[in-house]
Amino acid sequence: MFIRSKLCLVSLVIGMLCAPSQLIAAGGADVNLEKGKWSFSGPFGFFDKAALQRGFQVYREVCAGCHGIDYLAFRNLGDLGYNAAEIKAIAAEYEVMDGPDDDGEMFMRPARPADQIPNPYRNDNEARANNNGALPPDLSLIAKARANGPDYLYSLMIGYEDAPETTEVPDGMYYNNAYPGHLIAMPQPIYGDDVEYSDGAPTTTAGIASDVTNFLMWAAEPKMEVRKRIGVAAVFFLSIFVIMSYFAKRRVWADLH
Amino acid sequence: MSAEKFSNPVVRWIDHRLPVFSMLDHTANDYPTPKNLNYMWNFGSLAGLSLVIMIVTGIVLAMNYTAHVDHAFESVERIMRDVNHGWLIRYIHMNAASFFFIVVYIHIFRGLYYGSYKAPRELLWILGVVIFLLMMATAFMGYVLPWGQMSFWGATVITNLFSAIPFVGESIVTFLWGGFSVDNPTLNRFFSLHYLMPFLIAGVVVLHIVALHRFGSNNPIGIDAKGPQDTISFHPYYTIKDMFGVAVFLLLLAGAVFFFPNAMGHPDNYIPANPMQTPAHIVPEWYFLPFYAILRAVPDKLGGVLLMFSAILVLFILPWLDRSPIRSARFRPVFRIFFWLLFVDCIALGYLGAKPAEGIYVVLSRVTTAWYFMHFLIILPLLSVFETTKPLPKSISEPVLSARSHNTGVGQMAPAE
Repeated sequence: MFIRSKLCLVSLVIGMLCAPSQLIAAGGADVNLEKGKWSFSGPFGFFDKAALQRGFQVYREVCAGCHGIDYLAFRNLGDLGYNAAEIKAIAAEYEVMDGPDDDGEMFMRPARPADQIPNPYRNDNEARANNNGALPPDLSLIAKARANGPDYLYSLMIGYEDAPETTEVPDGMYYNNAYPGHLIAMPQPIYGDDVEYSDGAPTTTAGIASDVTNFLMWAAEPKMEVRKRIGVAAVFFLSIFVIMSYFAKRRVWADLH
Repeated sequence: MSAEKFSNPVVRWIDHRLPVFSMLDHTANDYPTPKNLNYMWNFGSLAGLSLVIMIVTGIVLAMNYTAHVDHAFESVERIMRDVNHGWLIRYIHMNAASFFFIVVYIHIFRGLYYGSYKAPRELLWILGVVIFLLMMATAFMGYVLPWGQMSFWGATVITNLFSAIPFVGESIVTFLWGGFSVDNPTLNRFFSLHYLMPFLIAGVVVLHIVALHRFGSNNPIGIDAKGPQDTISFHPYYTIKDMFGVAVFLLLLAGAVFFFPNAMGHPDNYIPANPMQTPAHIVPEWYFLPFYAILRAVPDKLGGVLLMFSAILVLFILPWLDRSPIRSARFRPVFRIFFWLLFVDCIALGYLGAKPAEGIYVVLSRVTTAWYFMHFLIILPLLSVFETTKPLPKSISEPVLSARSHNTGVGQMAPAE
């Protein structure tokens, strides 16, 4: 009985830990999710810097037409492997509003590494006005703001297809097999060969979708590598602590029996 | 209380004037504790540790957080990205909150199984239920602070419950909100209260421990210690055992914080709050799901709210619902079956709380809700009268020294008192 109650407790704890993620996964119903093999998965996961740089290029040349990425600053691009001069050069390609100057006027100037990456629109209303009334969500956290984030984003980008005959697609909507409800306001963003990579990586739809997914995961969780690195050390240290305290406990209690 | 027990003259000097060392000695060193406590008794100290972790990480978070609807979400992201190790502090705070509830739920079920709520520990139990209530309020308000979609809509749904109160309901909700919807005044007061309530919890924890030390810990057999042969000093035996528990707890917490930091959260809370857009399913944090299921099991709003609060209130009168003089389920074969049924029932309620309120889930919610209340209000009082319990051992040291074979021969029924 004693062992049984312990087992129940352990399964309770494990069940509680697993339950929410299962519940969230169950919410998606009939959508198709492709399971990608991501370098950042698992306890030793890391970001593939080349993929991040390619993904950033895709963001700049494709996504940034409609989507902002407000919580990123140019200085953060150091994580992608760019050096200070390169970051300065990338930032200088953008213009940001500054001011007011001594005359009280706002003015435009080239961006600096400390600036946030500017949003394509001045505000949500302008974004809606340019997108058939739909608001393109900010991409800074999108990989964490959707269930199974990376798999979902990847599946979404490769998930455009012709609607089955039973589904009527209204004007300004598109059919996507990964999107909950299947009708999405975002037109297909990637067709393949949308960008030209300098490192010769494949520019197929899947290749580009994978690169931008890597980039968006990094954008949402830029501290993931250091988190997992500290985590491995912490778990190693605490495992030793568990073993030592267990034997210390046995030793102290030994004189009772 | 003799100050002579301290060899350090400074300690002796202080203790003579301010007996803090005697108090500590009495609380954590010399305190006689039943020798047969199993690992289920580790969760009290773990709950205390969780509270300390929550307060320490919470104070650091508050240094970097901005309680304003326009800046709250952004300030949390700045903590995650720009504050040195801010991501670590926040992930510890987020996950330790869930671990706190896991620990406390195990602690409560421990008490239910071994009858720790029975005389003379009724007040100890009631103070525990008060802590649980305060924890729920604190956790609820804490979840609102990041001002994500679930923060906002969770706050809207839960505060709206009070509108079910006849006549004054609407006024109460307006009063809680500080306006006519969940908005900046709501966020500000929730932040203020979220900072205050952990210290109230700490205060009640002190009372909880004072009440505990009045009669000492209950134990797996549920009979009182009859003398020094039944007890051992808290230090070093239970300090070292608690340390082992702490090590395991920290290992599991580290696993969650470093490798699955968002597993117990909801992805929608990484979307900034938007009062114009309701999420598809509004779900509370996992630790509220059983109560959420009870709330939704009732078709009437007021009835649901009353039943949900009753689910906790019934715990206050538990010591008087279960009148059986035998504390431990080990000697109550029928009670033991019902205990595990209640346990399964609570897990089922948690599962149903996460499901949409439609179809078979509604029926199941009603059945499990009815069972929850039947357990406390009908089964326990009946069992107190009709259950044939097993014979109790004469003392704690008897089964400890001579294992099981011995006590089956002792056919006597000693009262638990």
